[in-house]
Amino acid sequence: MFNIKEPVVSGEHKEYLRKIKIRKLSILLTQIALLVLFFILWEVTARYKIIDPFITSQPSRIIRTLSNLYQEGHLFKHIGVTCGETVVGFLLGTLLGTIIAVILWWSDFLSKVMEPYLVVLNSLPKIALGPVFIVWIGAGPAAIIVIAMSISIVVTILEVLNGFLGVDKDKVKLVKTFGASKLQVLLKVILPSSMPVIVNALKVNVGLSWVGVIVGEFLVSRAGIGYLIVYGGQVFQLDLVMASVLILSLAAALMYQVVAYVERLIVKIK
Amino acid sequence: MKCLVEVSNLFMRYHSLNGETDALVNVNFSVKKGEFFSIVGPSGCGKSTLLSLIAGLIIPSSGQVLIDGKPVLGTSEKVGYMLQKDYLFEWRNIFQNVLLGLEIRKKITEENKNYVLNLLDMYGLAEFKDKYPSQLSGGMRQRAALIRTLASKPEILLLDEAFSALDYQTRLSVADDIYSIIKRENKTAILVTHDIAESISLSDRVMVLSKRPGSVKSIHNIALSVDKKSTLSSREAPEFREYFNKIWKELDVYV
Repeated sequence: MFNIKEPVVSGEHKEYLRKIKIRKLSILLTQIALLVLFFILWEVTARYKIIDPFITSQPSRIIRTLSNLYQEGHLFKHIGVTCGETVVGFLLGTLLGTIIAVILWWSDFLSKVMEPYLVVLNSLPKIALGPVFIVWIGAGPAAIIVIAMSISIVVTILEVLNGFLGVDKDKVKLVKTFGASKLQVLLKVILPSSMPVIVNALKVNVGLSWVGVIVGEFLVSRAGIGYLIVYGGQVFQLDLVMASVLILSLAAALMYQVVAYVERLIVKIK
Repeated sequence: MKCLVEVSNLFMRYHSLNGETDALVNVNFSVKKGEFFSIVGPSGCGKSTLLSLIAGLIIPSSGQVLIDGKPVLGTSEKVGYMLQKDYLFEWRNIFQNVLLGLEIRKKITEENKNYVLNLLDMYGLAEFKDKYPSQLSGGMRQRAALIRTLASKPEILLLDEAFSALDYQTRLSVADDIYSIIKRENKTAILVTHDIAESISLSDRVMVLSKRPGSVKSIHNIALSVDKKSTLSSREAPEFREYFNKIWKELDVYV
């Protein structure tokens, strides 16, 4: 039925495609050039003492610090700890948030009762609860994960519940005409329709979870990139701080890409 | 002939904080087996409420709906409902979509599956059964929606403005398509519409509802002198205009 014919491309269209390609390439090249320029400028100004490398650090010293950490065998331990806490944090936050949203969707009464509490919890900076969690759970990865989770869970509940309530009423009516029970409405319509909302919450939660984990590591101060940053700051070793921040931005960008990839997979299935 | 659907002394009242609204007042009519029955009325007259009552989705304030002599107390397999849009689920392929009703009623058997496959085959959707809704044209989607309804073998089909989401040309051919399928499967149909021409061209009888609160204004027997009834040929019949004018006047639409 669908014959894929070799498309006939006019010269004009080829020219159009070529222009778009060149534009894309030049954007990418400028982005790379900007980054390279920044690091070169940083290195040169630090080397000629235009800026003070003691407080600004410099790229060559950052690389030396990283290789030292690597040789001592600590580098990947710290990265692993932080990434692990972050992943567990945002997965748990999304999962528990979605489960609570389901419960609130199920009981309109409960949802109305909880509304003011959720509003207050949503506006409360959850970081403030950090010390409480550490006292309750103990200064370790568990407390850090709970801090990370607490940041993302409330937003997730509100977002996902909103998604549930936004599902087309007529889709629900359709399955009701087939005599669907409330559980069936949830499983056949509400959850699958809300998949994009849930995946989007997952994406937002990655960022929130990083904040929670780094702050948690500041407070607990045992291991992880957040620990390296706060330790480096306390002993006035800006090389370590800058190196850690660099690793952090790379890891965060990488994790975001992975989640974005997962999102594309799910959207494709849809 | 026995009546399949009997509506007697039906009242429906909605409550809200702003007060109460009468949607339907003392509605009486009956539909015979195999009949194509249309309900027209100005917007907001309670047409859709009436269908929801027949489908058992809501309970009337008083009065009752009888199907096969038994009062409607909830949704039943005897009634299939078609909504304005096809509402095929994008995350299911066509086959999974048309099995939705059977799946919800936990009636997925080899026999029923074969019945559905037959329907898909008969109505030209067999080769699309593994495709997703977005890959189908509007007409094919509506047809898939009809097969989804037919899959649970209902006796009565309720069509709630079932074609109104389509553009005019598609709408004519889809209405024709659906009409011939309903006739071929020998189903009873109740169509709610605000399109007078559509109701006359498809129906054996047309009921006119008054403005809110809706009550039965009149019921017209449609007899058109055409050999083969279809949405287009019906419009050619000399009686068509007479019916149209009569119903138009009864609707008294003021702009």
